Amino acid sequence: MIEIKNIKKSFDGSKILQNISTTFEKGKTNLIIGQSGSGKTVLLKCLLGLHQPDSGEIIYDGTSNLNMNESDKTLLRREMGMVFQGSALFDSMSVLENVMFPLNMLTNKNEEEIREKAKSVIERVELNNAIDKLPSEISGGMQKRVAIARAIVMNPKYLFCDEPNSGLDPKTAIVIDKLIHEITKEYNITTIINSHDMNSVIEIGEKIIFLVNGEKNWEGTNKEILKTDVESVKNFVYSSELLKKVKKYL
Amino acid sequence: MLYIDDIGRYFLMIKMSFFKPSKWKVQRKLIFREINDLIIESIPIVAILSFFIGGVVAIQTALNLSSPFLSKSLIGFATRQSVILEFAPTFMSIIMAGKVGSYITSSIGTMRVTEQIDALEVMGINPLNYLVFPKIIALLFYPFVITIAMFVAIFGGLVAMTFAGVPSEAFISGIQMDFDPFHVSYAYLKTILFAFILATVPSYHGFYMKGGALEVGKASTLSFVWTSIIIIIVNFVITQLLLS
Repeated sequence: MIEIKNIKKSFDGSKILQNISTTFEKGKTNLIIGQSGSGKTVLLKCLLGLHQPDSGEIIYDGTSNLNMNESDKTLLRREMGMVFQGSALFDSMSVLENVMFPLNMLTNKNEEEIREKAKSVIERVELNNAIDKLPSEISGGMQKRVAIARAIVMNPKYLFCDEPNSGLDPKTAIVIDKLIHEITKEYNITTIINSHDMNSVIEIGEKIIFLVNGEKNWEGTNKEILKTDVESVKNFVYSSELLKKVKKYL
Repeated sequence: MLYIDDIGRYFLMIKMSFFKPSKWKVQRKLIFREINDLIIESIPIVAILSFFIGGVVAIQTALNLSSPFLSKSLIGFATRQSVILEFAPTFMSIIMAGKVGSYITSSIGTMRVTEQIDALEVMGINPLNYLVFPKIIALLFYPFVITIAMFVAIFGGLVAMTFAGVPSEAFISGIQMDFDPFHVSYAYLKTILFAFILATVPSYHGFYMKGGALEVGKASTLSFVWTSIIIIIVNFVITQLLLS
């Protein structure tokens, strides 16, 4: 579980995050949603430790970021997995090597153990047939699956996904959403997904926080979001013509 | 102020590249890969350029020594001095700033653009140690490249003079004339400094670049310009200190 308290972050005097407090629960897919520029990515980077908040506190399973030194932060990062928007796979390495990479770098396991572990995770994301291919030789959806495999290979406590569906067709996007959701349950991890895809919100949003101009505007579940009376949330959720039509039947 | 900020960040980058080292098993692979990419793959272009430039240096020297009172061996002497003192260490390093430097900047810059560096940071890996340190170590072998440049350039001069009808014995005796080993030490000292500049300045431009694919190209150009400028300035300072 990750709890954040009064997080603030500014860049060059411009306030990006303002007093955000919430809890991301363990074993659930937590979504951060909002329009582009609402501060989703900055919040995710604060959670990852890539940005230091100007004020506020982030508590990872009872341990506050304020009490951590550099080596604690390094150890914490080893408990995190991240799926980047563009997958961020190492393009000179094959699928297997990409998944083996964190194990090679951060564990003392021997080559055989590392290979076996990586293969089992690749099998979990159903990519056995692409094991020796380079990232440039596989599709965007497959690259996302490799990124998920790389993110979970170290058995992380926390899984972060930055717009995992961007650039994917709707069918593949649903497959990726379901995969992340299933992995969250199987590994019982705290998953935080940064998204503005309404399909993801409805499909897997067990806990949703909605950001507007760096402030938390609303929080709830995927069932609640469809029935909310908060105008800004309604405008965001029902911004597409399709969902406006669907709303009539709700 | 902006340059002071850059200079400070450059030195911090160098310091950080020695911290939190990756496992030796991984580091060894990276170093060997960099030796292949930066050193071994540079040898053919260095050899070709050195051969022809050595020939041109010899021809131009011969053109300026047309007086019958001057010994032909002076052509070999002047070629050797030009090659060892300046052409091989400095001129070749500027060429390498284009080849090796832009390769380093564009490869690290692309990793920045495609979030691969962020991925390393998230995993708790020091990206500077992973990316820059192996390049610094690989470029410790750069004097080997410059040695090849020296030999091939002088050989190019010999071949050019043979075609021009200058007796090879005269050229070879010129090469051996008044040899001062300190000049070779001076050349290698410069080479080691240039190697460090070649590894770190392009890495800095790649690592701290911002933007997309277009900016990777701009960063490579900027890296070449700054690497060349720094090499020329360091060359001047070292020459002032050791030879003037």
